[in-house]
Amino acid sequence: MLVAQDISKRYGAVQALHEVRLDLPAGQVTALVGDNGAGKSTLVKVIAGVIQADNGSIAIDGKPVRIARPHDAQAQGIATVYQDLALCENLNVIANLFLGAELSTLKMLRHMEMERTARDLLGSLDVRIPDIRVPVAMLSGGQRQSVAIARALLGEPRVVILDEPTAALGVEQTAQVLSLIRRLRERGLAVLLISHNMVDVRAVSDRITVLRLGRNAGDFITSEVDEAALIKAITGMAADE
Amino acid sequence: MNKYVIAGLGVIALTFQLLNDRFLSPENLTNLLMQMSATGTISLGIIMVLLLGEIDLSAGSVSGLAAVIMAVLSVKQHVPVAAAILIAMGAAIAIGAVHGLMFTAIGMPSFVVTLAGLIGWQGLLLYLLRRGGTINLPFQGFVAKLSDTWLPPWLSGTVLAVAVAAWIGIVLVIRRRRAASRLPVDELWRALALPAVIAVVSAAAIVYLSADRGVPFLVVIFAGLVLILDLVLRHTVFGRQIFAVGGNAEAARRAGINITRVRVTAFMLCSGLASIGGLLAASRLTAVNQGSGGSDILLMAIAAAVIGGTSLFGGHGSTWAALLGILVIQSITNGMQLLSVDSSVRFMVTAAVLAAAVAVDSLARRGSNAF
Repeated sequence: MLVAQDISKRYGAVQALHEVRLDLPAGQVTALVGDNGAGKSTLVKVIAGVIQADNGSIAIDGKPVRIARPHDAQAQGIATVYQDLALCENLNVIANLFLGAELSTLKMLRHMEMERTARDLLGSLDVRIPDIRVPVAMLSGGQRQSVAIARALLGEPRVVILDEPTAALGVEQTAQVLSLIRRLRERGLAVLLISHNMVDVRAVSDRITVLRLGRNAGDFITSEVDEAALIKAITGMAADE
Repeated sequence: MNKYVIAGLGVIALTFQLLNDRFLSPENLTNLLMQMSATGTISLGIIMVLLLGEIDLSAGSVSGLAAVIMAVLSVKQHVPVAAAILIAMGAAIAIGAVHGLMFTAIGMPSFVVTLAGLIGWQGLLLYLLRRGGTINLPFQGFVAKLSDTWLPPWLSGTVLAVAVAAWIGIVLVIRRRRAASRLPVDELWRALALPAVIAVVSAAAIVYLSADRGVPFLVVIFAGLVLILDLVLRHTVFGRQIFAVGGNAEAARRAGINITRVRVTAFMLCSGLASIGGLLAASRLTAVNQGSGGSDILLMAIAAAVIGGTSLFGGHGSTWAALLGILVIQSITNGMQLLSVDSSVRFMVTAAVLAAAVAVDSLARRGSNAF
């Protein structure tokens, strides 16, 4: 689906990314892991169009694409859910799902159509929110994360990037979000999961790409890699050293 | 929070009625409604910027300036009154655009931009009035007639009947269409409760006011603006964008909303509504003078918005806050005047009500966040 190759990015004296390669196959969850400063955020920002790489190319389905602005990424079907979610807490779930993309006729909101679509979408993702007409401020952290992910899906993307989706959540809410991520995979989307939490990564990902100090430090199949090899790739040393 | 405000209003009305039995007389209620319309309209504009989490301190000065521009043009320059009104409102809207652009393009805090506006536009008002200091409006002129026009019972009754019938019709159509789209539908009595209550209260008010001179046209203008802007806020894309920017401007920006345009438009709306308020005030006085738009008008307009339940932090409130809040404030003012109480006491009582309203709101909010 999406292939990023030879991505390099320099901030002054710091080489944040050095000829990095990232594959995101359709219908698979790819976890992007690495220590702080490994270049995960920089790579995500390049793919999402927030910043531009100095070198490198991105191709979708084999065709090279140019991503200079966030708008370009969205137009190419790349949706990003940032850690801060960017929800309007005073608005209800429906209004947040359609934020900036309201359905309207002559600038008049089409409430019923938006509510129907919202209910169908949340239902198909098995997201359970007792009343979607209450302000998002009343929802739990897991429900908010689910709303943010569902919103990303309204644009019918092909690639979904999730930045630390479980960072601030408790055990049960993490489980909700992980099962939502599995449903994204079942829909045939290419999912990129950025996470610090190795338990979550192992629970939900198909493949793991490791970055260390701005370079590729290994690609693994989640079901085949053992803990020690993964830690060695992330830290650059064997676990028992 | 509306139920607290309505309860408070009831307490205030009852108290003044016990202290002076003329308070709830048709004549006095008519006066009260006319007194509140101008400041209420200014308050409506202030709500538009409060919803963004911003403030407009210039609304009083702009209201006075617009009235003076209208008076100078129509009385001194003999411009047709309709053109004078349109030019005055256009000038106010342009002033709002300037405020909005100084806030968005330069990044000045709205407090400072409109504080400068408060001082500067009052200066321009004084400059335009410099000879004479007062301009009287012709008693038979259009502007003066606004506050000397009363709807006869048959007309106000017909308007109310048509409005309520349309409202109930829309409620029923929406229920049917929601059911057809397999969306949850409120029980019928719940859906019809609000229209029924509003219809009964309005009908009672019309009958009661008709014992005096009828429904004042000024109030029809104010209430009409409340209603129209409420529909705009709840049912248009622009209204949704106002709440989005007020709730989380960064989220709105990232969602592709042009937050600069939303903000500038809100300031233009605020100044435009202030100009209408200024014209209504000039109509009641049949004159403009150096005090037009000055004194405590701005502070009462802000207080009304807050007492009515509009948050100063943006994202929470409705246009009905202006109506309820100004009813509370004008009841106190009017009741105190009936009792011949000094305005020193009036200010202190208004302050206590403002503080109490915000305290109740803060406590309720803390309670709702406790779960």
